[in-house]
Amino acid sequence: MADDIIIEAVGVKKAFGSKVVLDGVDLSIRRGESMVILGGSGTGKSVFIKHIIGLLSPDAGKVLVDGEEVGAMTERRLNEFRKKFGMLFQGAALFDSLTIGENVGFGLKEHTDMPKRDREKRVTEKLNMVGLHDVENLKPAELSGGMMKRAGLARAIAMDPAIILYDEPTTGLDPITADQINDLIVDLQAKIGATAVSITHDMISTNRIADRVAFLYKGQFLAVGEPDEVFNSSVPEVAKFCYIGKVIRSSAAIQDRQRT
Amino acid sequence: MIRFINPLTYVGMLGAATIYVLTAVGEVSLFAWDILRWSVRPPFKIRAIFEQMMVIGYESTPVISLTAFATGSVLALQSFQGFQRFGAESMVGTVVALSTTRELGPMLTAIMVAARAGSAMAAQLGTMKVTEQIDALYTLSANPIKYLIVPRFIAATLMLPVLTVIADAVGIAGGAFIGVEVLGSNPIVYFKKTFEFLELNDIYSGLFKSMVFGATVAVICCYQGFKTKGGAEGVGQATTSAVVISSILIFILDYVLTAFLFTGA
Repeated sequence: MADDIIIEAVGVKKAFGSKVVLDGVDLSIRRGESMVILGGSGTGKSVFIKHIIGLLSPDAGKVLVDGEEVGAMTERRLNEFRKKFGMLFQGAALFDSLTIGENVGFGLKEHTDMPKRDREKRVTEKLNMVGLHDVENLKPAELSGGMMKRAGLARAIAMDPAIILYDEPTTGLDPITADQINDLIVDLQAKIGATAVSITHDMISTNRIADRVAFLYKGQFLAVGEPDEVFNSSVPEVAKFCYIGKVIRSSAAIQDRQRT
Repeated sequence: MIRFINPLTYVGMLGAATIYVLTAVGEVSLFAWDILRWSVRPPFKIRAIFEQMMVIGYESTPVISLTAFATGSVLALQSFQGFQRFGAESMVGTVVALSTTRELGPMLTAIMVAARAGSAMAAQLGTMKVTEQIDALYTLSANPIKYLIVPRFIAATLMLPVLTVIADAVGIAGGAFIGVEVLGSNPIVYFKKTFEFLELNDIYSGLFKSMVFGATVAVICCYQGFKTKGGAEGVGQATTSAVVISSILIFILDYVLTAFLFTGA
């Protein structure tokens, strides 16, 4: 496969005080794929994803997006650069002083000259895409957790980003809602073809959405590859974390066999 | 048994404290510089500025009026008690007017705004920080300093002098009310004495101070909110520090500004 790399991390190091969070990590993410960064709590997943969009800059090493070094950008360039991205935050991070409609339309209002009516149409369209209807005038506090995630996702895709970052998309949701969010991520991937980078510790979610998996442990990627490769890894830390992934995968395989 | 503590420990502690304070001062200065930079860069968020002016100015008016009225009254009462001893009762109006415009008006206004609006700034921004709404603004290519802090900064800097004018007027009225109604001064004499020695400079100096206080409250409270960490507890701490630090700074700045700019000696 000719690798069309969109995001490349080279020797990224980050420490907070004396605590080393990322210890010289390398990772390449291909254009259009869905990469899942898997790992337990406190392994530096969030820190890694924040380097991609320039919310944090590395102590050493660099992150390249479309060949451009994120850490070296000026403030102004960074503002422009971030328009390539949509990010879904763990708690959705909707602006609670704005309505859902204003939240989803925020980027359009600030960065385009789109007239109000077109903007509203676009907002409704994006909300429908994530399965929300007639919520434009509600405040975030009036929505359930699952609906907030959906609205956050609608905001993330409002500007048709080339890269979507998902920070723990299913954490804190019940299994059925989590499944719906997973389906949504897969659907969006098929529909808009954006590169997706997700961080999670949820094996079911990983199994559902990942084209490739990178396993992060104590600031290092211990295994990177197709889900099957990673789940069957012989590295003890990976095997221990991923055994349930193997189970899910094989049961899915059994179901497939029974169906055919 | 006597335990010996290495004297270098104290040197170390002193050093650590110094570094801590200097770091904080440096961070706040950079933050203030950022705010100033973004304040003059278009587009201007006029609507957001007006919203904040409502919150900081309009909504603070009742509490500030009440404080000023009470202080003006008590000032009249107290100075009457003192001045009676050497037959200077007629100077009560003068004292109330001078101390209100030069000192108590700006000072009380600033403290009340720090307590009322400053705490809200810190709590609101702190909550936005811990729920990642600030990060979300960055990812949407919207600088949070421009969107959230500049409107608060401009509104506080503009509204503090306005509130101070109100506090001055209400404070003087409070003093007059007590002077005339309770202490039995002749209203004409009381007002004549009130304005006889009052110079425009007394009012200007108060208004200038109040602008500085407004800017200070906004910078400190927004800074505390902005660097909040760790959930509800962090928000609580940020709010407390915001009010405590801005109040202390108001007292210090008040002395400094008065001593160097407005004593006219």
